[in-house]
Amino acid sequence: MSEMKKTSQAVRRLYGVTALFDRPERLLHAVGEVVKQGIKSYDAYTPYPVHGLDTKMKLKRSMIGAVTLVVGLTGASLLLLFTWWTNSIDYPLVIGGKPLFSWPSYVPLMFEMTVLFGAVSTVTALLVIWLNLPRNSHPLHDTDFMKKVSNDRFGICIEATDPQFDERSVKALLEKLGGASVEAVYYEERELTLRETILDPKFIGAIVVVAVLTSGAAYFGFNKMNLIRPWNSLTVQDKVLPETQSAFYADGFAMRPPVKGTVARGQMPYRYASDIPGAEKYMKNPILPTKHVMELGQRDFNTYCSPCHGYFADGQSRLQGQFPVPPSLHIDSLVTAPDGLYYEVITNGYQGVMPSYERQIPRDERWAIIWYIRALQKAQSPEVANVK
Amino acid sequence: MSEVSYGEVIDYTKAPPLVQGNPSLATIDDSIARPMEKLPNKKFFMALSITLTMLLIGAVALAYTFYYGIGMWGNNIPVGWAFDITNFVFWIGIGHAGTLISAVLFLFRQRWRTAIARFAEAMTIFAVMCAGLFPLIHLGRPWYAAFIFPVPTQHGVWINWNSPLVWDVFAVSTYFTVSLMFWYIGLIPDLATMRDRTTNKFKKMIYSVLSLGWRFSNKHWQHYEKVYVILAGLATPLVLSVHSIVSFDFAVSILPGWHTTIFPPYFVAGAIFSGFGMVMTVLILVRKIFNLEYIITMDHLDKMAKVTLLVSMMVSYAYLMEPFIAWYSGDPVDWYLVLMRATGHYAVGFWVMVACNVFIPQLFWFRKVRRNVVVLFIISLLINVGMWLERYIIIVTSLYRDFLPSSWHIYVPTITDFGILIGSFGLFFTLVLLFSRALPVIAMSEVKGVTEGAHPSHQIGAEHE
Repeated sequence: MSEMKKTSQAVRRLYGVTALFDRPERLLHAVGEVVKQGIKSYDAYTPYPVHGLDTKMKLKRSMIGAVTLVVGLTGASLLLLFTWWTNSIDYPLVIGGKPLFSWPSYVPLMFEMTVLFGAVSTVTALLVIWLNLPRNSHPLHDTDFMKKVSNDRFGICIEATDPQFDERSVKALLEKLGGASVEAVYYEERELTLRETILDPKFIGAIVVVAVLTSGAAYFGFNKMNLIRPWNSLTVQDKVLPETQSAFYADGFAMRPPVKGTVARGQMPYRYASDIPGAEKYMKNPILPTKHVMELGQRDFNTYCSPCHGYFADGQSRLQGQFPVPPSLHIDSLVTAPDGLYYEVITNGYQGVMPSYERQIPRDERWAIIWYIRALQKAQSPEVANVK
Repeated sequence: MSEVSYGEVIDYTKAPPLVQGNPSLATIDDSIARPMEKLPNKKFFMALSITLTMLLIGAVALAYTFYYGIGMWGNNIPVGWAFDITNFVFWIGIGHAGTLISAVLFLFRQRWRTAIARFAEAMTIFAVMCAGLFPLIHLGRPWYAAFIFPVPTQHGVWINWNSPLVWDVFAVSTYFTVSLMFWYIGLIPDLATMRDRTTNKFKKMIYSVLSLGWRFSNKHWQHYEKVYVILAGLATPLVLSVHSIVSFDFAVSILPGWHTTIFPPYFVAGAIFSGFGMVMTVLILVRKIFNLEYIITMDHLDKMAKVTLLVSMMVSYAYLMEPFIAWYSGDPVDWYLVLMRATGHYAVGFWVMVACNVFIPQLFWFRKVRRNVVVLFIISLLINVGMWLERYIIIVTSLYRDFLPSSWHIYVPTITDFGILIGSFGLFFTLVLLFSRALPVIAMSEVKGVTEGAHPSHQIGAEHE
């Protein structure tokens, strides 16, 4: 404390009287005596927590566990609320056929949040509320007393705030109890106000500078750097885009024409375009009227044909005269017409009245429709042989 | 270094002292603080140059990966996970031993843990740092990791809360946060001791800030101890949950060899096993280098060997159960996978793994083996090898023979894969070395509390113990 005395021009105040003991038993004894004297403002200082000291000092049980419990359960509840809101309310999304609020999946997360909230809050509460740390301006800091109790001595400090405090008698008491280096500890009045430096303009200025630098770096990262290779996230690729030229081929085109005679899958060339007699003569229905084919034909007929031809191919158009009404398919000339005629008409349309369905209906489905039309025709003019 | 021997006759009625030679409290401070106060010797710089070289190799491999993409690795469908996730599971497992020593043994009042707890906790943190890198790295474009966090985005979709990968992110980040706080809370009194010891102004400033102005006040100790118990109580189920959730990454999928209910306990046991292996490896080196043999005694290593033996047998049980359930379930795909593990392309790795994890730790039945530092060191290295291979075998063999024979594919790691693996070891050991110079590697205040005569003899109503 000698250096403090030398430097202080300012007002000095007495913090308390300290004493050191070399064995924990002696400290315990001294604490017992101090309590007996009725002194309230004192504290014991030990390099490690000494057993039995709490009882001697009559300290109340630490209730910090309540923070862990309350905040931990809050963490779990918040997680549950959040998962419910995100997946059930804000953007309802069915995942794996489970209910929107499938809480069993959230149990691991709830547990993690309990632990995280509980641990962070307990440590924060301990340091900030219970221990009133960080604080590096306590009068006991940088004293010989502190240097000893942080190493191998056991100390006690009786504080000046105690109503019974009297420097001389306290010193005498501690000396009587066997305390070594009994000393008074002083502090300067300005130390009381040291903690408000957080509002120092320099500190605030530093925070502003850090904020500007951080946001500048973030802007550069998100808006500039991610357009530079290799971070450009595949936005620039070595491929030929529309309206650009390929340097690879002499003609500048990237797409190559297919080899001559190439036939695309499912696209058999049709050689009787607008050649009705040829189609009538040579086209045969290549598929068999299985149950599947008949159902396919029914579905396609109902989809594409029935709006004009009616569900029963009887010309009962549902379009109420907005389009030309076709003839019934049950008239004799059409019942006897070969399949090739139907195929040609579906494929290429008829005399500008019926459009081509080549693009909508694949080849096999056209033949399926023809099977279905044949079935409708037979149903409309039943013969004994057909009813079997 | 001559070991303090208890003589030929062992007195089993009296526990050996936790700190040997009955040193004074000041001596404990001196010997623990010595590495931080002296200039490091040549050996330290040699070790540091080796680990930094390894770290550099990893950095180069990573730069290649990030520039050219993960095509630099051997991964290809169906083996979409290989070294990356193997390393992730390996490192996170290493970390678990630290929490086990610091938290679980604390709750069980195993006071021998004091000598090794600080180091084990530091290893936890460094190992989780290494582990946390790999999920980022395996994306190839690590900035896309942002999509795993539940932040509002312009497309409006939130993350899939049903996915174990999301649970994994929550578990690992919680684990890292809690481990870091646990470690830091334990460090505060020691940092205050360092603050009061040091004569260097700059060091004093750093220690003052880090120690938060701790005053060794008993009114503080009282709450401090309570919080320590609470954190230990939180960390214990946490450590079990973290590796269970890591195992869900596999067990929730439907791949043969992954889709088993034994995975969570199996992974937790494996994690503790590998972690104890690593703690032993590092501690044996540290006690030699820093002459801390009277604090980290032979008894500590003996006890750790016993724990290792126990968890080795738990792992062995899981190794037995896997083929048994595959056979008992009658699922031909499962059974085929068991055969492929034992006889397929990765059979050598499988049998090395079985040897290192099942057979070699059986030597710990012998007291002479447990108390021979050289043998312990070699076995601990073999356990590390075995446990790394275990994760490799689990991941790669399940993927390379999945349900669709047309997509079967043999995984071969590339030089970049090995570079990143080496780099992660470089990072870990660099951090360990720097830690051993910068912070007290042994908890001074805790060790002082377990010396003989540290506490007044028992009295009625004593709150502790």
